[in-house]
Order: sequence, then C-alpha cells, then structure tokens
Amino acid sequence: MSETPPGAGAGSGRVRGRVIARDGDDALVRTARGDVRVRHAGSVGPGDLVELDGPHEPLRRVRKYPRTEYPPRGSELARLGQARRGNLAARSRMMAALRELFAARDFIEVETPAWVRAPGLEVHLSAVAAGDGWLMTSPEYQMKRLLAGGMERIYQTCRCFRAGEDGPHHQREFTMLEWYRAWDDLEAIADDTQALVAHVAQAVNGKPTVRVGDRTIRVDEPWLRITVAEAMYDFAGVAVRGDESVAELAAVVRAAGIDLRGARHWDDVFFTAFVERVEPALAAIDRPVLLGDWPAPLGALARRKPHNPLVVERFEAYIGGIELANAFGELTDPVEQRSRFDDDLALRRDRGLPQYPVDEKLLAALAEGLPPCAGIALGVDRLAMLVLGAATIGDVNAFTTSEL
Amino acid sequence: MYDTSDIRKGLKVLLDGNPFTVVEFQFIKPGKGAAFTRTKFKNLLTGAVIERNIRSGEKLEPANVEDRSMQYLYREGEDLVFMDEKSFEQVQVRADMIGDAAGLMKDNLPCQVLFFNERPVDVQLPTFVFLEVTASEPGVRGDTSGNVTKQATVETGATIAVPLFINIGDTVRIDTRTLEYVERINKK
Repeated sequence: MSETPPGAGAGSGRVRGRVIARDGDDALVRTARGDVRVRHAGSVGPGDLVELDGPHEPLRRVRKYPRTEYPPRGSELARLGQARRGNLAARSRMMAALRELFAARDFIEVETPAWVRAPGLEVHLSAVAAGDGWLMTSPEYQMKRLLAGGMERIYQTCRCFRAGEDGPHHQREFTMLEWYRAWDDLEAIADDTQALVAHVAQAVNGKPTVRVGDRTIRVDEPWLRITVAEAMYDFAGVAVRGDESVAELAAVVRAAGIDLRGARHWDDVFFTAFVERVEPALAAIDRPVLLGDWPAPLGALARRKPHNPLVVERFEAYIGGIELANAFGELTDPVEQRSRFDDDLALRRDRGLPQYPVDEKLLAALAEGLPPCAGIALGVDRLAMLVLGAATIGDVNAFTTSEL
Repeated sequence: MYDTSDIRKGLKVLLDGNPFTVVEFQFIKPGKGAAFTRTKFKNLLTGAVIERNIRSGEKLEPANVEDRSMQYLYREGEDLVFMDEKSFEQVQVRADMIGDAAGLMKDNLPCQVLFFNERPVDVQLPTFVFLEVTASEPGVRGDTSGNVTKQATVETGATIAVPLFINIGDTVRIDTRTLEYVERINKK
C-alpha cells in the first residue's frame, strides 16, 4: 500500500482542508476531498482553513485518537469532555475502594431485582411503571427479606428509579448504595458511613477530604451530630416535639416568620421550614453532619426510640448541604409496619397520588421474624460529586437523562 | 394558575400583588419530603431579586404583563408619549419612570414598554442611542493624554462627558444604561 496520502496528488504536494479539532500539537483536518488527517497544529484552531504542507498522517490514526482539546460540536468526544472522562475514571476507582471497605468489614455484596411487584409506598416517591409492575425506588424491601432469610451483613449498589426527579442533585435513574447489619444498631451504621466516605475520599484524592463548590471539607474526623429538634430550634426558631397536630406545628412555624403558603400536611409544614432555614444552615457547616432523632411523623421505616417514642432511630448524613444518606434503626414489628403502610396509602389518597400494592411478602417476612437490624441508603452519584468536587450529578455520570 | 412543573425562565407570575419573572430555578427535594423548586424571581417593577422555595402542588398566579414594541413620540410636560407600532395606540408614561436616560430620547426611538394590568410600568430603551453633538468647547490641543474629557450637549439637550477630539456635528454612540459616551460614529 502506498504511503502517499491520497489527497496529496502527484506533483501538487499540497492539500487544503478545514481544521475540525486540535489536541496539543496535533490538528485534525478534514480535507477538501473529505478525508481526515492529522498535521502539526502550530497556531491553527477549529474552523481555520489550512494547507497540509508538512508531514501529515492519514485517517487511520485519527479514528483511534482518544482525546482532542476541541472536538467537533455534537460529537461524543464533545459531549463527554475531558473533565467528565476524568470523573468517570475516578468514579470507577471510588467504586473499587467502596467494595474494599465492605469486604474488609465482612459484608456480602448482593443483587436484588430492579423490577418489583410492589414499589416503595413513601408518599413523596413516585415509581416508574414497568409492564405489570414497577422499577424499584429503593431495594430496601428485598434486602430486608434477605435479612429475614438469615443474611447478616449485606450491601448492594443498584440503579433506582424515581419519576419526576431531575435537578442538579437528582436524576430519575440513579445509583443507590444500601447496606444492612442484622444484630446491630444505628451506631454501627454511622461508623460504617464515616469510614466509607473517608476511605473512598482517601483512595481517590490521596487525602480524606471532599469538595463542595470552593470549599474543602475533612471527612475523617468524627462527624458533627445534631438532632432534628436542635436543628429546627437553632436554625429555624421552630420547636418540634413529634406529637403536635398540624395546626399546632403550623402556628409555631408561622410564628417563626415562615410563610407556609397553603401547606396542610404535617410533613409539608415541617419541610417548608426545613428547606427555608435548616438546609441552608447545614450547608454552611464545614463538617459532615449526622442529623438524627427524626420526629415520629417522619419515621418512614424506622423504629421508635425505646426511651422516647416521639422520635425514631433515623439519621441523615449531610456534607456541605448535600444530603448524602438516610439511615434507619429498622422497624421490625409487622403490626406497626402494616399500620404505617396504611397511613402512607391514606396520605397518598388524600393528595390524589397513585395507590401502590402493599408488599405482603415483606410483611410476611417481618411476621416470621426479622432480627434487630439497621440499614442505610446512600446516593452513590452524590458521593462521587462530593469526592470529585462536581457541581451536578451529570458531571459524574456517563449519561444524563437529557443526553439519551 | 401555574404549578411547579410550569416553572421556567421568563415565566411571569404575581407574588404578593407584584409582577415577577423567573430568572433561575432548581429542583430540590429533602429526604422523605415533598419536592420544592428553589426559584429566583425578579420584580418587574423594581428589578429586585427574591428567592422562594415553591412546594410541589403549590399554585402560582400568572401575572398580566405584556411587553410591547412602541415608538417614543414627544414629551408633554412630565409625561412621555409613546405609540404602539402595531395598533398606533398612544400611551403616556411618567418621565421619572425612565430616569436620566429620558434625556437621551429622540423622536421615533423604538422602545419596549412593559404593561402590568394594562398600565405601562416600565420602559426599556435600546442599549445604545446615536446622537449628534450640538454644543461643546473645542478641545485644547496638547491636553490629550489619559482620559481627559469635556462636556458636550447632544441634540436631545442632555449633557454628557466626551473625549476632547469630539466636535460639534459629530455623531456619538451613547450607552443608555450608564449614560456614557461609547464611541464616535461619524465625524462632521
């Protein structure tokens, strides 16, 4: 095969073309004949008309070219970009480090189906329908059945689906990490959480720090612990007990100068104050925070504290204002679990939201006997955002919903 | 009525009786709570920006605002008279709504007039106007270093600072946001 480039043409020795991209010292040039070549870039940039008068290489090499500084608009190279390729590589290292930690702590990695017959009943989660079932909003029901089935330390990373959630920290399909400990309590989960974040940050960044905006936050020192009652009182001026009526809570929130604008449910009143005052205050704290002791009406699947039934065994982990994880001392009582499911369904009806079937197999597993246990759900994309200092969930994912 | 799924940049809504436009919004959702749209609104009357967390399910009232292309016709006492370019309808706007930039308005200047509940509440001038200098002291030769300026009167009667090389009869470009000279367009 001749080494003479076809565009060179015997005698003329000159080929003209337009620069479509450049990478360091190389420029990609589409010639007048339509083939793509590489030449020394010099001072040329994309769009420039140039002559291939020096040494240049034919297309074969271009196809394999991994990176260009100015890839053509609309190309996959441009869509992903150098920073995001770096993030994906770092995320892969983070996942390896994550598995190391769970292996070191004697956890077994499991996989439960993404397609379920009964999705989570939580009022503010909307499931994606799939055939005659749904895609899971969280793997918690199935993972608890594994605990009832005799497994003691389990974790999984999986794709979860929540309709309508799209924003800088949300994507309707995202990666969840859940882990559970049977015969153990919320304190052990808090310890796992701190160790996990410190370990992956160290593995990826070489130091136990994460970044939020232009702030660097250390994650290897004990995390700040605040109760919800303290946070609501200190940051929002709202005293919350956990057994007050909606009207009573609304009066306290209004007295603190917060406009409720028609909120009529207990949780809406609470979260209006929380979003307005508490989240910004948490965001300003330069330490990771474990926000614990949630009021009973926000108990979800957490058990009540034995000595204070107004609050449940639940914490949320916040770093730089990003809500990273939610943990429960798990509710194991089948009777109370059924009554909470009934409450969820009643609230759904009241708000005109779709009714989902109750997971009877989960309730049956609780009735057979779920050992005392604790568990947590952690947003892997958000963990990657923190570790890599990324501003949006799309920066740490191969595809965003809008790129499909 | 709008709900949170209607929120987008440029949406015009009524908050506490005042017209606002959405300048920024973000989906947020506290764990186990309702979704909120953290929204920045700009007051169309004052320009002030406020932030509100709109809970999913909350309703927003549309604001009856309209941006109309109008031509400035003439001044009548404290009022400026504008004419709609399509309907030829005329409206009077108080000159102080425009501030000092009113001094740069020449007849037939195309403007955007914002109406709220059928009443004009704001006038947007073109970013630049081109005006002829009608009076100015000649520049003193030799004194041209640095940003030396002199006062000049333009055809609308306003006085602005111009470089020394500007002469009577020159046309200059003026920024209506800062009321400052930008460049000379043509020399007499």
